[in-house]
Amino acid sequence: MSGQDDVAARLPPPGVAFWGDPRLRGFVFQAIVLALVVWLFWTMASNAGDALKRSGQATGWSFLWNTAGFDIGFKLIDYTARDRHIDVLVVGLLNTLMIAGLGIVLATVLGFVVGIARLSPNWLVSRMAAAYVEFVRNVPLLLWILFFYLALIPILPPVKQAISLGDTLFLTNRGLYMPKLHWTEGAIWIVVALASAIVLWVATTVWARRRQTATGRRPPDLLIGLALVIALPVAAFFATGAPVSLEFPELKGFNFQGGLAILPELVALLFALTIYTAAYIGEIVRSGIEGVSKGQSEAASALGLSRGQRLRLVVIPQAMRIIIPPLTSQYLNLTKNSSLAAAIAFPDLVHVFAGTSLNQTGQALEILAITAAIYLTISLTVSGFMNLYNYATRLKER
Amino acid sequence: MSGQYAIIMDNVNKWYGRFHVLRDASLTVARGERIVICGPSGSGKSTLIRCINRLEDHQSGRIIVEGRELTRNVRAIDEVRREVGMVFQQFNLFPHLTVLQNCTLAQTWVRKRPKAVADKIAMDLLDRVRIADQAHKYPGQLSGGQQQRAAIARALAMEPKIMLFDEPTSALDPEMIGEVLEVMVELAEDGMTMMVVTHEMGFARKVADCVIFMDQGEIVERAPPERFFNNPQHERTKQFLSQILSGH
Amino acid sequence: MAKRASAHRGPPDRPWGPLILDWLRDNLFSSVTNTLLTIAAIAFIYVVVPPIVNWTIVDAVWSGTGRADCIGEGKGACWPFISARSDQLIYGQYAAAERYRVDIVYLLGAIGLAWILIPRLPGKFWAGLGMATVFPVVAYLLLSGGVFDLPVVPTERWGGLLLTLLISVVGIATSFPIGVLLALGRRSNMPIVSLLCTCFIEFVRGVPLITLLFMAANVVPLFMPQGVSLDKLLRALIVISLFSAAYMAEVIRGGLQALPRGQSEAAAALGLGYWKTTFLIVLPQAIKISLPSIVSSCISLLKDTSLIATIGFFDFLQIIKAGNSDPAWSAPNVAITGYLFAALVYWTLCFGMSRYSAYLEDTVAGGKVGAGKL
Repeated sequence: MSGQDDVAARLPPPGVAFWGDPRLRGFVFQAIVLALVVWLFWTMASNAGDALKRSGQATGWSFLWNTAGFDIGFKLIDYTARDRHIDVLVVGLLNTLMIAGLGIVLATVLGFVVGIARLSPNWLVSRMAAAYVEFVRNVPLLLWILFFYLALIPILPPVKQAISLGDTLFLTNRGLYMPKLHWTEGAIWIVVALASAIVLWVATTVWARRRQTATGRRPPDLLIGLALVIALPVAAFFATGAPVSLEFPELKGFNFQGGLAILPELVALLFALTIYTAAYIGEIVRSGIEGVSKGQSEAASALGLSRGQRLRLVVIPQAMRIIIPPLTSQYLNLTKNSSLAAAIAFPDLVHVFAGTSLNQTGQALEILAITAAIYLTISLTVSGFMNLYNYATRLKER
Repeated sequence: MSGQYAIIMDNVNKWYGRFHVLRDASLTVARGERIVICGPSGSGKSTLIRCINRLEDHQSGRIIVEGRELTRNVRAIDEVRREVGMVFQQFNLFPHLTVLQNCTLAQTWVRKRPKAVADKIAMDLLDRVRIADQAHKYPGQLSGGQQQRAAIARALAMEPKIMLFDEPTSALDPEMIGEVLEVMVELAEDGMTMMVVTHEMGFARKVADCVIFMDQGEIVERAPPERFFNNPQHERTKQFLSQILSGH
Repeated sequence: MAKRASAHRGPPDRPWGPLILDWLRDNLFSSVTNTLLTIAAIAFIYVVVPPIVNWTIVDAVWSGTGRADCIGEGKGACWPFISARSDQLIYGQYAAAERYRVDIVYLLGAIGLAWILIPRLPGKFWAGLGMATVFPVVAYLLLSGGVFDLPVVPTERWGGLLLTLLISVVGIATSFPIGVLLALGRRSNMPIVSLLCTCFIEFVRGVPLITLLFMAANVVPLFMPQGVSLDKLLRALIVISLFSAAYMAEVIRGGLQALPRGQSEAAAALGLGYWKTTFLIVLPQAIKISLPSIVSSCISLLKDTSLIATIGFFDFLQIIKAGNSDPAWSAPNVAITGYLFAALVYWTLCFGMSRYSAYLEDTVAGGKVGAGKL
């Protein structure tokens, strides 16, 4: 033990050989990889530039402000054939977002029902839910869309024999025609009022929860929230002079004019997306609830919590931690799957912008780049929020 | 002169971020010497021996194992790891391979021995640790004590010059600790250079040439077992010994 | 000797009689809600199932040559429609005289698949490598011709089940190794490699497959040097393979993360370098952990092949859809029959794959990994 100090001192100084150094090797390898990637992109770009020049194809973004020249069968905002390609983009995007939004809500509801049914102690119910999941998941979504579209058309009556409700709602094989909300100046304040009401509702809930932990009793935040959401927009409505009016569909010639047309394509698309995604959500919900160890329920019962409290305070919060990441994945899948609308010619973003506009202008590169960028933004944003949620709710460990 | 020493550590320091986990650790281990390292949890004793086969890297100071200095040089690290065997607290047997395959894998792929030779060496070792009949079973089918003995055989199959043990019995049920310690004692009596991190003071008394006490990253005291247990010099050592020995 | 009274007594008799009644009582009628649910479920089944059985089997038309046989009141599914088009369904528009080449490819594919899928057969790594590299080339040469005096059949005429299965098998075989490399790359310590892999994976996963297929059809030709053109089917295949590889990479990355760190430490302590540790110790275990998700990814790929119809190919589903507009068979029940048959075929393939996955979990992944947990 005593000689150790001079032992070390008498050793030759250290050094690192060239090829043995992993840092250097890693550096060189990465430099090569980077150079390859840069070369690849540069070659692709120059090839594309040459090809476009040779074919005389127009390039650049100015096409967005050219007249589109075609009408769109389903639109949430005013649009005519005289509008520009960028308006086509907006209409398509709004349609996609609408389908995604409706689909997510419906699929979540159905999915939770299926998931809980899978766990039901009733043998028939749980087997039927399992059969539903196994049947739906193993058939391509495209086939579901085609099938619902096919099944729907023969059932509905032709325009001349439309089923009507009052004289405001008309059901035909060209679509469900309903009154449309007509926005004018000042209508934006109603939206603002609604948004503020929602924010206030969230704030009320947070406040109510704090009051409950402090005093044990909870103020009626649900009622307050609902009242806000109804009262504020209505107040804004009247304050701005009732800027929203209803436009009714009327039969003119061979079809209805005015009003909002819910196309059978949309119904078929929604049906298919909903039942398909709900099958996946059902499995996610089931594995989430099953993933919470039984000991948790047992401990909760031992503490005297009722079944409802057990579920609400112990099982579901832990289950949500397991459920939410794959659930958001499914939401993103649904949003991306809405692009299959092209198969039945429903005017979503892909069909109308990356389809019709692309055929009109021939500028595939720019159009597809924009389309990809839009979907990428949606995906990354949702994933980003989900990562934040994961981080905020992670189990803090040593 | 480094030739007579199996391991030389000179003023080794290591930080995890801002946490100073090894402070100026210096020690030498001669060939055939058996060192036991003990100390409270978080004292850096596992980190110390994991630096020896570069499972952890050190930020300052020097470590020389069997004449080769441990630096970023990958070749040197690989050479060192061939000569140093390690037994882990969690066994870390490969669950998708049989016990025999666990022991022959590194022989075939690192030492490049032919299969017949590797199998014979492995079976001899499994025999030595008394689990030859388990050779064709999978680790999940063995008890904890058997798994750890298999892990020892796996490390010995590489014919290392030094064996490192990182709390080898801490994850075992009490009735299995004895069988593993027995194998380690036999190994020591056969002349293997060993560094063992453990709480088993009986083993230390029986087999160690030198017992080292670490606390908060520092080597506080080192002494032959008789002096270490009967006449500890430092206050912290005395405190630790009274805590750990009172229960036995 | 008299036995003690307390030894060997069975449980007390249940008051309600034989076992099946007990089971019914516990599972279906245990409470009021349960009973109501059971009644509702039985009612639902009664309303839905018999009409379907009627339509597909009892009232169905089983033989015939044209729409006349299928039109009419009370006629159910029109099965002759399927058999009339079966050639197209299996071979697409492949020239009739050359169909033996398709048969050879089917046979080769089946052998390769059987080799990989049956657990007991050895040499899986080489079989997988063969399917990913040799099989696509051989299949391409055989099917498109131009070599060995085989007449050329352009890829536009490939269709039906041939196209669907070809894309699925080649897609799965190639996306798996690419996915493994991407997963390893994403977890790499080298920042540039990790960044590139992450960007690629996130880009591909953020965009719908249809958009990528449109890009393959319209945009990729622009990036090629002048005079070089890549067959449209090949482009679509590459895109589908890369698409699936990105999802596979995430699945495998999950498996890699689930593996305890001690495994790679033990391998390192034995002197195994990075690549040996990865391929001998880490990857086999990570793949076993993520096997169900990997198979799920493969099932998705099979379903996604139906999207190549959007860029002008006639896969299995598209041929059925095209058959709906055949005037010789134009009748309302014909179209539904077609889709029903398509659903049956896809369902059989996909459900078969998921059953196989369950079988794998029980035997290979569960058995070898050991009696205890990893």
